Amino acid sequence: MTVGGWQPARVVEAVGTTPSARLLHLQVPGWPGNEAGQHVDIRLTAEDGYQAVRSYSIGSYGPGETIELAVDEIPDGEVSPYLVRDVLPGDELEVKGPLGGYFVWRPGGAEPVQLIAGGSGIVPLMAIVRAATDARAAASVRLLYSVRTAEDAIYRDELERQASNGGVALTWRYTRGAPGGWQGRVGRVDDDVLRAATWEPGREPIVYVCGPTGFVEHVADALVGLGHPPARIRTERFGGA
Amino acid sequence: MAVVSRGFGARRRESDPRLPPGQYLTEDFPVLSAGPTPRIDLGEWRFGIRTEGGAETCWTWEEFQALPIEDVDTDIHCVTRWSKLGTSWRGVSLDTLLDEVETDAAYAMAHSYGGYTTNIPLDELREGRAWVAFEFDGEPLDPEHGGPARLLVPHLYFWKSAKWVRGLTLMDDDEPGFWEQNGYNMHGDPWTEERYW
Ligand SMILES: Cc1cc2nc3c(=O)[nH]c(=O)nc-3n(C[C@H](O)[C@H](O)[C@H](O)COP(=O)(O)OP(=O)(O)OC[C@H]3O[C@@H](n4cnc5c(N)ncnc54)[C@H](O)[C@@H]3O)c2cc1C
Repeated sequence: MTVGGWQPARVVEAVGTTPSARLLHLQVPGWPGNEAGQHVDIRLTAEDGYQAVRSYSIGSYGPGETIELAVDEIPDGEVSPYLVRDVLPGDELEVKGPLGGYFVWRPGGAEPVQLIAGGSGIVPLMAIVRAATDARAAASVRLLYSVRTAEDAIYRDELERQASNGGVALTWRYTRGAPGGWQGRVGRVDDDVLRAATWEPGREPIVYVCGPTGFVEHVADALVGLGHPPARIRTERFGGA
Repeated sequence: MAVVSRGFGARRRESDPRLPPGQYLTEDFPVLSAGPTPRIDLGEWRFGIRTEGGAETCWTWEEFQALPIEDVDTDIHCVTRWSKLGTSWRGVSLDTLLDEVETDAAYAMAHSYGGYTTNIPLDELREGRAWVAFEFDGEPLDPEHGGPARLLVPHLYFWKSAKWVRGLTLMDDDEPGFWEQNGYNMHGDPWTEERYW
């Protein structure tokens, strides 16, 4: 893992992906590349020197000097509204990273991989989906993605496209409202959903769970209840309740 | 000189001299842990210290509760950048526990139920700077926040305050614990921002 000091970065692209989230492409001169699942710290400095720092997962992986973030706006937040609404291509900020050596996926493992995302928790898991696809390991990876409604799903099109091309198997869970024609129930991830949509404990999968703190706590507890050994469950909590 | 981000700063929070650099104030009590929350039965709970020579001293929950208990009011700082001011805890001082063992070790590895570990210089657990805490805000400590008992070392980043703690192994040489192997600093002082390697 390489962590130097703060490096300047330039926003090269900023596009809406859901009504409340944006994909940001940052160009970071000298970026050493990153593993799937890592994050960066982002530092913003105001004209008068005031600074704020937050962590953001990296949706991209591998070599290259451009990284992709996806930021969801937290109402009343300090940093996320700036990144989702105000920042424009050409603007500058600072990054430190790549960070994190635990919530990462590396090719070559024999075990099945279960990914479980809530909301913006998809970001590091998207990097894993992309890395597993490139490593021809997608068949052993499944993704369960919990979103309020279909339009709140970050990376929706790419996930659908890769799934229908024989990529990572994808199950949606809608907590507020399902799209037209949806056959399944609506509600939060529960034992039934986990049983139906994830690798069973007997297959000894490694499970990555990411999202708001409450979501991660709830899902990780349910997984243990279903018989997954705690040591095989990796979690990344984004904050909030 | 830092890069200025155009138009940033409108939604800033008030700053507070009690906040270490790069931290922001939260009223919540967020959670940072690597895996799911272990649930530990008080009847089976033990806290043990193993010295560098291999001698073990161990307390059951009852024995532990019979030790002198201290009230601790302190600020806490998480490496994920939230700080919480004026939190109140009850627990047993590490001074009390370490008085029961004979050691010349320089480092401690805290071990938790669930397998988590974290390393701390032994000196920093002494002189009223560290506790094994089992109450937060007048209530038994929530499992989510490390209950039945967690280490409380508030002058270091909060990942050093191992949740679900079950003991210390004392060592002559420093070794990285769980987060330390995964990229966090060996020491973790919030005032000098010892966050990562
Ligand atoms: C390792 C890591 C990776 C992360 N990756 C991403 C990512 O890829 N995309 C992304 O959008 N966010 C991510 N986050 C969350 C991000 O760091 C910020 O916490 C988030 O953008 C809110 O910052 P803010 O300044 O807008 O809100 P703040 O001003 O910090 O907080 C405002 C209020 O919202 C609450 N809050 C803070 N974070 C959340 C949350 N995630 N959910 C609900 N409530 C919250 C706070 O407790 C507070 O009450 C990640 C966090 C971590 C620790």
